[in-house]
Amino acid sequence: MRKVTVFPKSNEVKREKIASTLLGSSVILLFLISWELLFQFRLVNPLFISSPSRVVLALITIITDGSLLQNLIISGQEFVFGYGVAILIGFPIGIMLGWFKLIRAAFGPFIAAMQATPRIALMPLFIIWFGLGITSKIVIVLLSAIFPLIVNLQVAMSTIDNDLIHVARAYGASRWQVFRSIALPTSLPFLITGLRLAASRGLLGVIMAEVFGGAAGIGYMIQYAGSTFQTDKVFAGVLVVAFTGITLDFTLDRFGRYFDRWRGEVAVH
Amino acid sequence: MKEAIIEKSSVAAVVHSTVVTAANGHAAPAVKLNGRGREPLESLAKHPVKLSIKDLVIGYLDKQSGHTMVAVDKVTLDIREGEFVTIVGLSGCGKSTFLNAIAGLVKHQHGEIRVNDRIVTGPGMDRAVVFQKASLLPWRKVGRNITYGLELSGMKQAAAREKAGYYVNLVRLNGFEDHYPHQLSGGMQQRVNLARALACDPEVLLLDEPFAALDAITRELMQNELLELCEKVGKTVLMVTHQIDEAVLLSDRVIIFSSRPAYVLADIRIPIERPRKSLIKDSEEFRGFMNEIWRVIEGNANIGGGI
Repeated sequence: MRKVTVFPKSNEVKREKIASTLLGSSVILLFLISWELLFQFRLVNPLFISSPSRVVLALITIITDGSLLQNLIISGQEFVFGYGVAILIGFPIGIMLGWFKLIRAAFGPFIAAMQATPRIALMPLFIIWFGLGITSKIVIVLLSAIFPLIVNLQVAMSTIDNDLIHVARAYGASRWQVFRSIALPTSLPFLITGLRLAASRGLLGVIMAEVFGGAAGIGYMIQYAGSTFQTDKVFAGVLVVAFTGITLDFTLDRFGRYFDRWRGEVAVH
Repeated sequence: MKEAIIEKSSVAAVVHSTVVTAANGHAAPAVKLNGRGREPLESLAKHPVKLSIKDLVIGYLDKQSGHTMVAVDKVTLDIREGEFVTIVGLSGCGKSTFLNAIAGLVKHQHGEIRVNDRIVTGPGMDRAVVFQKASLLPWRKVGRNITYGLELSGMKQAAAREKAGYYVNLVRLNGFEDHYPHQLSGGMQQRVNLARALACDPEVLLLDEPFAALDAITRELMQNELLELCEKVGKTVLMVTHQIDEAVLLSDRVIIFSSRPAYVLADIRIPIERPRKSLIKDSEEFRGFMNEIWRVIEGNANIGGGI
């Protein structure tokens, strides 16, 4: 029997990873320290620019007095409803636009025009139509989140491998079976990309809508803190929004990898 | 005898008519295989006709000129149960179109196609196609790719898996059911493709240049495997290829198509006894058939200016 040469396991990859993580976090740390120092030595006007320590204190305050949670619930509701409805409507619209030539010809230009319209510019109209409450924000989120979904699913339908359709048809698949066994699985990675884009756009929509015409929510909290020169609270609000966005994106990315495991690059064996 | 056949079919090439050569030259000894195995050659002639094609004309719309061009011109062909028939011809001669029409994927303008005396109007479970590209569903594991055709016919997954199990073993894919297609080599993928078709247990198996996309070594190995497999299952097979050696090795009959529009130039019986081994490629007899086929193709290409 031939003996196969086996090399000892190398730590090179692991070491490289640790090094780059260290490098990345030390830059952030350096930035925070210099910011804090600039503030402590009064090199900047504390009225305009807060400091990391004061931002943390403000964060603790809004957590303990319950105002953060209260605003989070409002913003969360707006996001969940708007995002949810965007998925429910956007998914079938995108699929149909991609799948049926006639529907694409009929509604494609209309949707392209809608997509080009800046949603936030319509906020005054939505306030007139739906009031200052939660509904006008939901509409903004919906309109922000729906287009990335539609576009991604439409593209998904155009990437379907014709050879696979050929095979399905040769085995006597009906149009519905072709759709279910080939079109839907093909669209899955695109759906995930669409969901990620839609989530970040939707989040942006929530904050913008609340900043421009809100009476509650994180965006309103940021806007109100800003207009009363509570810069530490502004930063605290921004931090919460950023953290939410990152968490959401990370979760969706993981979710996507799970469904993408049949693809060579991601699969782990 | 062989000379006579060559002469006849060369004449056929010149006068553009169909010649069916006699099969009585080589007396194959009676070979009896177990189960669904193949029967000796002469008895094939007594088998009922499985696939019958009559006066088939297939046209296609040339988008540039707007004219309907003829791809296949009045082809008549009967294939008996258990027969392995191969169509050879220059690339682009319309042989793949012909196969797709039998699969029900391409409409024909004239004539008829019958499987078991039932007229073919579209795709159906009585035929299964193995395409040149493996075209496996990349998100399905091997096991579920093999059962794909069965699932489309409405069979439940568990039942389909059970039915497909026999063919998984036959194409030596056992142990690979839980792999994704991208983890397999090209030859393995093509085996999955073959198993997918066989699992449907079709009346007629259609092979569209099944090994053309593989490298030369894998192709050679796959030819041997297909040979062994076909002799085991005794299916009625119609294959399209442009590899003459592949055609002779596997077939009971080789049909030569003219350059476009395709009609039958010659219908040559390959009475080499079965079971065959790939070693027969070195035999005088084998090379005789290769030459015969080649001369017909060459003659047509010269006349038709096909190349």
